[in-house]
Amino acid sequence: MSWIRITNVDNLPLREGRKVVVHDRELAVFNLGNGKYAAVDNACPHRGGPLCDGIVTGHAVVCPLHAWKIDLETGNVAKPEVCVRTLNYEVQVVDGVLTVYLPENLRKDLAA
Amino acid sequence: MEKLVMIGNGMAGVACLENILKFPNKFDVTVFGDETHPNYNRIMLSSVLAGEREADDITINGLDWYQKNGVGLRLGVRITKIDREKRVVLGDDGSVTKYDKLVLAMGSSPIIPRLEGINKKNVFTFRNMDDTRGLLAAARPGAKAIVIGGGLLGLEAARGLQVQGCDVSVVHLTDTLMNRQLDATGGVHLRKRIEQLGVEVHLGRSAAAIQGNGHPTGLTFEDGETIPAEIIVIAAGIRPNAQLAREAGLACNRGIVVDGYMQTSDPRIYAVGECTEYNGETWGLIAPLLDQGRVLASAITNHETEMWKPSAPAAKLKIMGVDVFSAGEYLESEDTEVVRYEDAAIGVYKKLLVRDNRLAGVVLVGDASDSNRYMDWLRNNTDLLVRRKNLLFPEPVSDRGEVVAEIADSETVCGCLGVTKAQIIQAIHEKGVNTMAQLKETTRASTGCGSCAGTCQGLLKAVAPDFEEETKKILCKCVPYSQDNLREMILTQRIKSVQEVLDIYGDGHGCEVCKPALSYLVDVVWCGDHSEDRSARFINDRVHANIQNDGTFSVIPRIRGGVTSAAELRKIADVADKYSVRMVKITGSQRIDLLGVKKEDLPKIWEDLGMPSGQGYAKGVRMVKTCVGTEFCRFGVQDAISAGIELEKRFENLYTPHKTKMAVTGCPRNCAEATVKDIGLVGQEGSWQVVVGGAAGKSVRKADLLITVTTTDEALEAAALFFQYYRENANYLERSYDFVERLGIEKIRKETVYAQPKVRKGLLQRLQKSKTLSKDAWLERREPVHPTQFVQIQPLDPTPVVMESIQ
Repeated sequence: MSWIRITNVDNLPLREGRKVVVHDRELAVFNLGNGKYAAVDNACPHRGGPLCDGIVTGHAVVCPLHAWKIDLETGNVAKPEVCVRTLNYEVQVVDGVLTVYLPENLRKDLAA
Repeated sequence: MEKLVMIGNGMAGVACLENILKFPNKFDVTVFGDETHPNYNRIMLSSVLAGEREADDITINGLDWYQKNGVGLRLGVRITKIDREKRVVLGDDGSVTKYDKLVLAMGSSPIIPRLEGINKKNVFTFRNMDDTRGLLAAARPGAKAIVIGGGLLGLEAARGLQVQGCDVSVVHLTDTLMNRQLDATGGVHLRKRIEQLGVEVHLGRSAAAIQGNGHPTGLTFEDGETIPAEIIVIAAGIRPNAQLAREAGLACNRGIVVDGYMQTSDPRIYAVGECTEYNGETWGLIAPLLDQGRVLASAITNHETEMWKPSAPAAKLKIMGVDVFSAGEYLESEDTEVVRYEDAAIGVYKKLLVRDNRLAGVVLVGDASDSNRYMDWLRNNTDLLVRRKNLLFPEPVSDRGEVVAEIADSETVCGCLGVTKAQIIQAIHEKGVNTMAQLKETTRASTGCGSCAGTCQGLLKAVAPDFEEETKKILCKCVPYSQDNLREMILTQRIKSVQEVLDIYGDGHGCEVCKPALSYLVDVVWCGDHSEDRSARFINDRVHANIQNDGTFSVIPRIRGGVTSAAELRKIADVADKYSVRMVKITGSQRIDLLGVKKEDLPKIWEDLGMPSGQGYAKGVRMVKTCVGTEFCRFGVQDAISAGIELEKRFENLYTPHKTKMAVTGCPRNCAEATVKDIGLVGQEGSWQVVVGGAAGKSVRKADLLITVTTTDEALEAAALFFQYYRENANYLERSYDFVERLGIEKIRKETVYAQPKVRKGLLQRLQKSKTLSKDAWLERREPVHPTQFVQIQPLDPTPVVMESIQ
């Protein structure tokens, strides 16, 4: 069981992100509108900026520090043209609750 | 080589000449123009009057064009006689010029109504560059101006004069403005819009006399009422200039009679433009006249051509925010069917007249965005049978590229100059056209009324390999409009949220560039009475603190005028201790900055401080820097502290296009550095200087003097006028110093401190409305806009405790 229940989707305002810490990993979870949600590591691959505080544009977020644009569906950096990415996670909504799939190798409690 | 003489140097004539010159070495050409300017775009005179363009900007063919093409140009010479027997024309300079072929392109003249006392200074027609210059010289803020004639030209003149600060009325003979293009309903909506601009409208009234001795003082109506007037513009229609032809014995009625090849009753003489009459009709709108020029060029050079067929006349009112378009028929008749849409609340009216399933005419008021489509239906006589159910509501197309792709190659893109899509694409491919400027130069497209500029841009974008978008003008590719346009759209379409703008005019998503800009625009257009969408704001404006490079925030409490107290400082010190603030710093603008604060601590810190936000994170009103002034300083001549605190109170909590820094200094020694602030008050013995547009950042700029006034109240009001004017007219992220340089301090003075009373009042009222609806952002600590605005989300599945240390 690596699906982790995060929070009631009502806690995520439309087109905004929020920070949440699960299993010592800091994630940014987003409400993209039209019933779509996303989750990535809450650190821009550039200088570690808090992606949860970025402006959402379509299915991407723009880091508030230096405007790197991260595609939330793939984790890839969409702007500028660099070959780095941030970890993204599968999400689903179950009974109004956003849940995130945290692979077992990333779960600290199972890592040992 | 045959000698070709052209009488007239206007748009229709010279455009025709351009076509003649496409057939090489046919003629030795001489052009006579009685104006002293090279050929310019007469349609754009109203934008010169409105200050949107300089006289030079509307030149179509500069002197170099005549030289390059070997055309002899005689400016300022009026032809007084055509001698058809000797085949010469006589000029008022004594010149005698021989011709083999003669082209009459003499245009038209304003109709001057019979008015008692009309021969006065400051009574103008509005026809040529000299008229425009005269009007510009006479117009001054507060002057009473009356435009006689509420047609296209009259309304544009009225708006131009109003922009120059005049107090304008329009007097119109019939009950419908633009009654040559609009039906009564369209006229009603247009009238509302014109009145909304602040122009007074008198319908169904005719002027009888102009009062005054040398200069006008009033205009008297036929019913005896007199209204004050200092400037009078006559725009009551035009009459073809046919007198010269008539005297030469050519067939003339109202205009010079031509056949379908533009030939007059003398086979050596042709005529083109507003001076012509064909099948008993004359024309005053440009598009069909440019068609005449093409026919004439072929005919006079003995090339085969089809006969001229008058295209549907189309008129577009060129007043920002007042969309009016009319083409073809505009009044119902027995055999036309009417398709109508009207929304009185927002002033949108659309009417199509259909005959045999084909468009016979269209009237659009309030929203002319679809005018090109209707024009295309008119021109191509498109069969509308299959579209009958949704003539007024096309499928919305989201991508501009698709729109231009849908245009047929043969379709005319620029109706004024008759340029087709195929010609534009050819120019792009074969002549390497990459910019709008090059496109205008090579094809002439978009040099007429300019309404096809969007389509031309779209074509360039889609086809030109190295298209250089004039990006400065449009906000963003997500919403490809200038901020001036967007403001108008938001206002006239009553759009209250960022997402609506993006859905209606943009790509539906927006980005980090346009969303904060649109957030600002909807806020300022509706004076704060908009629907706020925090997701469109930068993080600083969601949590009211400035994000730092490590993701923490800084907190700057408002300390008005930089005047604090021991108790306040103690509170700040306690907060710094309690929340382990990493650094406490006094900034360059007399502010105290608490750095390194976690987001979730923000509301608690604000509560403990009990002080309002200093907006140090926002494009908004920063704290006002002051010197001690007369309170303590032995050199002080004004009370800088009180004035500074009052200034801050009046503007604080409002958003501005960019950060707004202000200072008040109590004497010309300027210790508070007011002359390098966005707004500064410099105290002098017995007066205040209000200065604006100063900077001491990336660049240094000394502020311009807005006005010198005697009392503090007057100084605060002048500052308020500029402040609100800047809020309403600057582009988002445009600092006041760039804004002042762009517009020029003269224009700003005219439209703020020297504007007519109702304009000043309007600015102050809108500022007041914004102020009333604003509040200290830090109060959201008690009423957050969303439950998780500041609160960190705790996962529902608890994280198991892992005993790392044991392993």
